[in-house]
Amino acid sequence: MKAAREFYRKVVPASWLNPRAGFTAAVLAMLALVPLYAAATGDPFALTLFTRVLILALAAVSLNLIMGYGGMVSFGHAAYLGIGGYAVGILWKEGFASGFLQWPAAIAISALFALVVGLLSLRTRGVYFIMITLAFAQMVYYVAQGLDRYGGDDGLTIGQRSSFAGIVDIGNNTLFYYLCFALLLGSVYLVSRLVNSRFGMVIQGCRSNERRMRAIGFATFRYRLVCFVIAGALCGLAGALLAEHTNFISPAIMYWTRSGDLMVMVILGGLGSLFGPVIGAVTYLLLEEALSRVTEYSGLVIGPALLLVAIYLRGGIEGLFAGGRHDR
Amino acid sequence: MTERLLEVRGLTKRFGGVIAADAIGLDIARGEFHAVIGPNGAGKTTLIGLLAGEIAPQGGSIRFDGNDITGLSVDRRSRRGIARSFQITSLFSDFTALDNVALAVQAHRGHSFRFWQDARREAQLREPALAALASVGLTARADMRVDRLSHGEHRQLEIAIALATRPQLLLLDEPMAGLGPEESARMVEMLRKLKGAVTVLLIEHDMETVFALADYVTVLVYGRVIASGDPAAIRADRAVQEAYLGEQETSAHG
Repeated sequence: MKAAREFYRKVVPASWLNPRAGFTAAVLAMLALVPLYAAATGDPFALTLFTRVLILALAAVSLNLIMGYGGMVSFGHAAYLGIGGYAVGILWKEGFASGFLQWPAAIAISALFALVVGLLSLRTRGVYFIMITLAFAQMVYYVAQGLDRYGGDDGLTIGQRSSFAGIVDIGNNTLFYYLCFALLLGSVYLVSRLVNSRFGMVIQGCRSNERRMRAIGFATFRYRLVCFVIAGALCGLAGALLAEHTNFISPAIMYWTRSGDLMVMVILGGLGSLFGPVIGAVTYLLLEEALSRVTEYSGLVIGPALLLVAIYLRGGIEGLFAGGRHDR
Repeated sequence: MTERLLEVRGLTKRFGGVIAADAIGLDIARGEFHAVIGPNGAGKTTLIGLLAGEIAPQGGSIRFDGNDITGLSVDRRSRRGIARSFQITSLFSDFTALDNVALAVQAHRGHSFRFWQDARREAQLREPALAALASVGLTARADMRVDRLSHGEHRQLEIAIALATRPQLLLLDEPMAGLGPEESARMVEMLRKLKGAVTVLLIEHDMETVFALADYVTVLVYGRVIASGDPAAIRADRAVQEAYLGEQETSAHG
C-alpha cells in the first residue's frame, strides 16, 4: 500500500493538486467519455452498463451520507431504489407519464418512508439499527411482490420513459447518460456542502461521539433524522432513474442483497469520502461484470477483496491515494 | 445573602441494591467554587450524571437558576447553562482540536439546520473557539487531530469544550485524572483562573487541590452527604477524618 503510494507520487507530476484529486479526475474523465466510446465503437452495451454504474453510484453517494458521515449503518437502503422505481412505474401504469410528476413523487415518497423508518430506528444502535432497517426494506419487498396489478413478483415493464414536456427527451440514451452523470455530480456537490455545513458538523459529531454531542447541547435525534430523510430522498431519485434506465421495475431491485451491494460499494470506495462511493460503484460493478463472464461465482473474488479492503485499506480505494493527509 | 444558582433536595438514585445517591442535598451559590470529595464508590460521578441529566433520579429535585430542571434532558440542561467535563476523556477524536471546541460553540449559537455555508469559515464559531483553546493553552494544537494529542492535552481540551458552551455552572469530573505532577500543577493554575468567573462544582480525589481551590466542600460517603462546610471546617471534622481522610492516607501508599 505504501509502495503503491510512493509509486503513484513518482508517476504523477507534483504540480497536480494531489494524488487523490488526480485519481478522482481520471475516473470522472473516463465516465464523461463513455458515450463517445460507445458511439465510436458502435457498442451500445458500454453505455447501458455505465448508465447503471452512474445510477447505483448515486445511490451509494446517498448511503455514504448516512453511513460514512453519520455512522448510521443502514442495511435497507435498496428499499428507496424500489420505492423510487415503483413511483415511476405505478404512475406510468395509471396514465401519468410526466416526469415532472413522477420524479418528485419518487423523491417525496422515499423521503416519507425514510421519515417513518428513521423515527422508529434511530433510537436504536449498532446491530439493532441494522436489523430494523433491513426488516423495513424486506417489508417493502414483500409488499411489492403482492402488488398483482403492477406485476407482482414478475415486475412491471414500463412502456416509455418519462416525458419532460419537450424540454429534454430522456428517450435518447446518450442524453439520459449525461443527465445521470450531471445528477451524480450534483449530488456529490450537495453532499460536499452538507457535510461541511453546521448541519454536517453535527452529523459527523454524532458519528464520532453522540454522548458528548448531547452534553454540549445538541438534540441529536432530530439532526440524524433529517440526515436520514435527505439520504432516502436522494436514493429515491436513483430508484426513479433506474426504472427509467431499464424500463422495468420488479421487487428484485430492493432485495436485501442489493442493500448489501450498496454497502460494499461505499466501503470499497472509502467510507466518508466524497467521491469514494463513485469510485466504489465503478470498481464493484465493473468487477462484477468482468467476473460474470468467466465464472458464476463472482462472490468468491469480490468477498475476499472486500475483506482485504476492510483489513488493510481503512480509507477504501480513495484513501489509497490520500497521501499523508488524514482529512475526512 | 448570595444568590443560589443550584439547589438540590433529596436527590436519590439506586442501582439495583446499591444506593449511589441517598437523599443528597446541596446548595451552590453563584460564583462559588464547590468541591465534592469522597472515597471511591461514594457516588461522585453519579452525582454529576444526575446534575447533567444523563441519569434520571428516583426521587428528589434539582433547581437551577430558579427553575426546576429535574425532568430536563441533557441537551436542554446544556442550553440552560450547565456544562460538564468527563472523567474518562470524551472527545471527537477524528476532529481537530479547534473543530471540537467550535462544535460546542455552535451548539449555543442558534440551531444547526444550516445546510450550505461552510461552518469552518464562520468567524462567529471559530473566534470564540480559538479563545476557549487559548484559555486552556492549546492554541498551538488548534489544527491537530485530537487522536494525536497527548493525554494531558486531552484533559485540557475537555475543559475547553465545556467552557466554550459559556456555562453558568461547570461540572468538572476529576479533571486531574491520569495527569503527571507537572500537568496537574498547570491544571490547578487553570482552574484557579476560572474561580469567580464561573460557578464550579469540582469532583476531585486530590485533597491538596481541593483545599487550595474550594470555597466550600461537600463530603460524600456511600451516596450520603456526611459533612459540608468551608475547607477549614472539613479538615477539622472528625467524621470526615474517619471516613475519608484516613482512607486517603492509606490508599496513597497502596
